[in-house]
Amino acid sequence: MNSFLHWFVIVLTLGNILGCWWLIRYAAKKRPGDVPDGAKMTHSWDNGDLVELNNPMPGWWLGMFYATIVFSLVYLALYPGLGNFKGFFNWTQVSQYEKEIADAKETYGPIFAKYAQQDLVTVSKDAEANAIGKRLFINYCSTCHGSDAGGASGFPSLKDKAWLWGGSPEAIKQSILNGRQAMMPAWKAVIGDDGVGKVAAYVASLSGRSANPAQVTAGKALFATNCAACHMPTGVGNPLLGAADLTDKTWLYGGSLGAIKKTIANGRKGVMPAHRDFLGEDKVHLLAAYIYSLSAD
Amino acid sequence: MELQSTYNLKIVKQFAVMTVVWGIVGMLVGVFIAAQLVWPELNFDLPWTTYSRLRPLHTNAVIFAFGGSALFATSYYVVQRTCQVRLFSDRLASFTFWGWNLVIVLAAITLPMGITSSKEYAELEWPIDILIAVVWVVYGIVFFGTIMKRKVKHIYVANWFYGAFIITVAILHIVNSAAVPVTLTKSYSAYAGAMDAMIQWWYGHNAVGFFLTAGFLGMMYYFVPKQAGRPVYSYRLSVVHFWALISTYIWAGPHHLHYTALPDWTQTVGMVFSLVLLAPSWGGMINGIMTLSGAWDKLRTDPILRFLLVSLSFYGMSTFEGPMMAIKTVNALSHYTDWTIGHVHSGALGWVGFVSIGAIYFLLPRVVGKTEMYSKKLMEFHFWIATLGVVLYITAMWIAGIMQGLMWSAVNDDGTLTYSFVETLSAMYPYYFVRFLGGVLYLTGMLSMAYNMWKTIQGSKTTVESIPQTA
Repeated sequence: MNSFLHWFVIVLTLGNILGCWWLIRYAAKKRPGDVPDGAKMTHSWDNGDLVELNNPMPGWWLGMFYATIVFSLVYLALYPGLGNFKGFFNWTQVSQYEKEIADAKETYGPIFAKYAQQDLVTVSKDAEANAIGKRLFINYCSTCHGSDAGGASGFPSLKDKAWLWGGSPEAIKQSILNGRQAMMPAWKAVIGDDGVGKVAAYVASLSGRSANPAQVTAGKALFATNCAACHMPTGVGNPLLGAADLTDKTWLYGGSLGAIKKTIANGRKGVMPAHRDFLGEDKVHLLAAYIYSLSAD
Repeated sequence: MELQSTYNLKIVKQFAVMTVVWGIVGMLVGVFIAAQLVWPELNFDLPWTTYSRLRPLHTNAVIFAFGGSALFATSYYVVQRTCQVRLFSDRLASFTFWGWNLVIVLAAITLPMGITSSKEYAELEWPIDILIAVVWVVYGIVFFGTIMKRKVKHIYVANWFYGAFIITVAILHIVNSAAVPVTLTKSYSAYAGAMDAMIQWWYGHNAVGFFLTAGFLGMMYYFVPKQAGRPVYSYRLSVVHFWALISTYIWAGPHHLHYTALPDWTQTVGMVFSLVLLAPSWGGMINGIMTLSGAWDKLRTDPILRFLLVSLSFYGMSTFEGPMMAIKTVNALSHYTDWTIGHVHSGALGWVGFVSIGAIYFLLPRVVGKTEMYSKKLMEFHFWIATLGVVLYITAMWIAGIMQGLMWSAVNDDGTLTYSFVETLSAMYPYYFVRFLGGVLYLTGMLSMAYNMWKTIQGSKTTVESIPQTA
């Protein structure tokens, strides 16, 4: 802050605290002509019904008041409060945070590092490692993927065999470390409502459901032109692109005809955030192993 | 001028009745949202009945409708009697009554519709904010106009507190509500980022400090000595605690924003002043309780005095708890937990509620030409059921809050959190149920008050009381 504000803060802060001190001293002082302690003051209100006594302020209360004032002045000398003055402890909340993080890394780091050198499949069979992985999962992943890793609409289940970006231990680790950005474009403007309906009928038929045969045939042609590049000509999807397998019974955004139409018409944008910087590779290693263990045979 | 020789008690009666009415409405909404936390199905999957929309309705209704009406009623009563003149203007006073109630009705309509500025305790949108500002300025004119034409030389201590409350709330409301309107129902705050947060909590904490503390201390300073029939204990103490309280309270806001983007120095200053605030706050409690001393025998037979004494006890407790919670180390545990909710309600139900109820029981018969309330038994019932309600409420929230704070920060041997958020939430169910029960009891007490009020007023006329000549 600039030097005006700096002094403004100091003068107002100290002025008010010391002003309280002065106020106590001023009011406690006895002056000639004052009403004696404990006697009635000369004024009254409400037709003489309300009067005041001139009792002294209780000593214990004054002591408490002085104590808080002294504490405040000491605290303001030790901690940042008076404008730009940093305080003798040189404390900041950022430095406190950084220290706590550094301490935590030092204390807990070795626990995670122990497993970092083992390969993921080995770690995934280690009960102790999985217990840690599960706790990490509850802390960091359950908000979206659910406490039981069962997922929710828009957030994939991690305990089944369907994997958008590949289910190998390494692929899972990559997903967590670097995140994933899925991009299903909106097709309504390209193929129209009619086209969306046809493609949806065909897509529904891929997982063995009955649909209007004329629509399915028309949809198949549209699918080959527009969708096959990512979802592959047979509709099995492509984990390199995060393109979903359309032939199975797993539907991230719902498998009803209406939901499929909505997905095709408006597109979808799934984002898995990157956790490399946030968690560090050692914790991600344990997490990946735990998640792999959920669907491993 | 025949009229000038009597007190305006009609306006006092109007606000006193609305205090009880709005109290019941606000507390009913409170009990309902407390029930929603136990049984979420009660949200009914309708936008208008979700917790997020009804919670601001509850806070606005109890603070501004219930508390506000109590402050209007008592300040108009007190200022006339301690100045020994009629109100400055009957018309303007009447305008504040209809204006304030219009604000409340508009709040009750717009908040469930989801129209909100999203600033806590200042959710109402800009057209309503302007109406509030106008009503408030008129309130100031009526109050200070009456003080100006007083027939008594000294201004009574209750009026210092009412005056400080009226002036400061005007400043707080106008500064914090400054916004850029986009449409009739949408505006954006005039401030950005951390500064917006700071101004919001400067407002928010002083809504507590001046609306819910200074204003109600004004109430305490009239009704406690009147009901006890005792002189105010210490004039000197009232001078010191008044000036110290109003000068230090205004700084305390940043303790709502510990460990946030607010600069370190602001947080420190907020914490330090919150601590200094302890003694000035207790000054009011000491003066009230010492005024009652010598009248202890009356407590056995006088439910009004009991309401006033218990309110002072809760006041003392909350104003000790507040500074403690403002200490960063304690705040690190208590912040964002239900402890805060418990703290607020020991102040709101215990202090603000009890002193208002006591004051209304005192003045209601006096403004309708009666000497006492219809039923003393019902007042006794009200006292015990309300006390039980408050105790259940705040102990439940203390346990819940401290448990939350401890569960949130519990870590396993590997540094991971022991509990997921949902686990900490499900641990709250029993306490949320007890809180709901406490609310039901408190509301039941208010319903008994409404019946008692109805029977007291039934068939009566507003008192015509001539103003005694000053000596």
